[in-house]
Amino acid sequence: MKQVVIEFRKVSKRFGDIAAVIDNNLAVEQGEFLSILGPSGCGKTTSLRMMAGFEQPTSGEVFIRGEKVTGVPAYRRPVNMVFQHYALFPHLSIADNVSYGLRQRSPRPSAGEITKSVDEALDMVRLGGFGKRRTYELSGGQQQRVALARALINRPAVLLLDEPLAALDRKLRREMQVELQNLQRTVGITFLLVTHDQEEALSMSDRVCVMREGRVVQTGSPRDLYDTPINRYVAEFVGKSNFFSAASGNVTSVRPELIDIAARRKDLPQGLAIRTDGRVLNRIFLGEQTEYRIASDELGEFTVVAPRKAEHLSGTFNIGDSISAGWRPEHARLLPDN
Amino acid sequence: MQDYRHSRWITAALLAPAGVFFVFLLILPLVVVLVYSFGARAPAGGYEAAFTFDNYLNLPARGKAFFNTLTLAPLGTLLTAIAAFPVAYILALKTDPKWRVTLLVLIMAPFWTSQLLRYYAWIMLLGSKGIPSWLAYIGIADLRIINTPTAVLIGAVYGFLPLMVPPIYVSLEKLDKRLLEASADLGATPLRTFFQVTLPLALPGVATGSMLVFILLMGDYILPQYLGGGKVFFIGNALVDLFLQSRNWPYGAAVSVALVLIMFLTISLYMRFILSRTDKRRAALV
Repeated sequence: MKQVVIEFRKVSKRFGDIAAVIDNNLAVEQGEFLSILGPSGCGKTTSLRMMAGFEQPTSGEVFIRGEKVTGVPAYRRPVNMVFQHYALFPHLSIADNVSYGLRQRSPRPSAGEITKSVDEALDMVRLGGFGKRRTYELSGGQQQRVALARALINRPAVLLLDEPLAALDRKLRREMQVELQNLQRTVGITFLLVTHDQEEALSMSDRVCVMREGRVVQTGSPRDLYDTPINRYVAEFVGKSNFFSAASGNVTSVRPELIDIAARRKDLPQGLAIRTDGRVLNRIFLGEQTEYRIASDELGEFTVVAPRKAEHLSGTFNIGDSISAGWRPEHARLLPDN
Repeated sequence: MQDYRHSRWITAALLAPAGVFFVFLLILPLVVVLVYSFGARAPAGGYEAAFTFDNYLNLPARGKAFFNTLTLAPLGTLLTAIAAFPVAYILALKTDPKWRVTLLVLIMAPFWTSQLLRYYAWIMLLGSKGIPSWLAYIGIADLRIINTPTAVLIGAVYGFLPLMVPPIYVSLEKLDKRLLEASADLGATPLRTFFQVTLPLALPGVATGSMLVFILLMGDYILPQYLGGGKVFFIGNALVDLFLQSRNWPYGAAVSVALVLIMFLTISLYMRFILSRTDKRRAALV
């Protein structure tokens, strides 16, 4: 068992009548990259703000490195945050922004030490030589990296990231995802990221914690969450899935890419549990794969994603074509319908 | 297609009122003042054409007025800024938004009565039967406030506070509150956050307010007349005296030119100082 750096013990937070976080028992392990995933209003940002010390829990306790920090203000906590819109100080140069944390320490490090640390931090985020510039001279991606340097220079117990990539465009977001991952491995600091973007959470994290209406629903590795979601909510939020109603409030969940599709039943592979006939309602060409919307008399509508590679066996289908589809028994999961 | 051939005429027509105003009521009078300042006093008073530097060489004779103005105007501005900042701060950061406008209006409320009346009220308050007589009860006897520089400063803070609060309020209200969280997150105590983030980012507002108050205070003559009682007089009082009493217009003109130059110089130096200490792009917008 790895050492726990931040721990919530039955943490709840209410804003008036609204319960933002309910009985949260999150534990962040030393050196991991953990993401809190959920739609807006699920309590993920409030959880983060309680770790940073901007909010205090209504009940429950917060521990950092085993020490109880409930009630301790933000400026006395050994964690640092990368804000959603970076929150760089507009009146300070890049170097002064990055050195801000060091300059608050007492005793204050010498000017030489500060300069050296700032240079190292800026090099780390590939912004060497940018120290004298002003924040408004930088692009969104560069400002993001300054915010990272400004936080990491303090060697925090945990780096808290509040939707750090939300303000970037799609291409830059992908680049920053890779960069964040590399950075985390290089510096070895624990990262805790809050996001509503499942792709972001799955691609970067060691573990993902899915939240809903103030509660943690499931925590696990991205693969665990994808392959063995505990209910329909997680299956729907982490990746896409087809849901077929089953007995006693349960649903059968089948991932679209695990469904085989062919022109006739006899062309389907061996060992399928379910076979059904249907019609192609819609087709979306996505390059590396094609997404079909299928209507079947027995099962209703569902989606199938066929990889390009499978086309030389099954061929392609047009809207209105009759097809057969099926899946292996182990690929269907019976889940509680929330 | 729209015909834009007449657009230059429209632009000219729109600029005309302001243009006429500035040319006839600002530039022309300034030129007249400048010309007069090199002239001589007519025997019966007024202006007589001449070219002499005597008026300027004679400026030290009004040194006391210059000294009072140049010490009390900046000091009064500073005290007003110090008094206004907490008000603006509480209004912008600690007050429920639904009360803010009401409170701002209340701060402006003194402007609804005549300035003269309010200074009269202060004469009563600061006079021997006012605050000094109350202080005598608690053992501080024989304190004279009225007709001293202190009275002028109290009047300045009271009179100009409503002008100083709004610009500071606006710059604090615009301040991104996440910057305060970022500062705390990086380990700065609330006090350090105030001096390292809040104050520098509110400086453009302080500069705007100070400019406003400073200019008005430099040229004021009612305040020193009433609360200074002729003992603490400003350049404004000297001008009134020169133009209306001794009717030495050329000398008065020279004093005016000196006042304008001093104001221009102080303001440009001050703005340069403020701009160097704050985010230039933001300051330009305020």
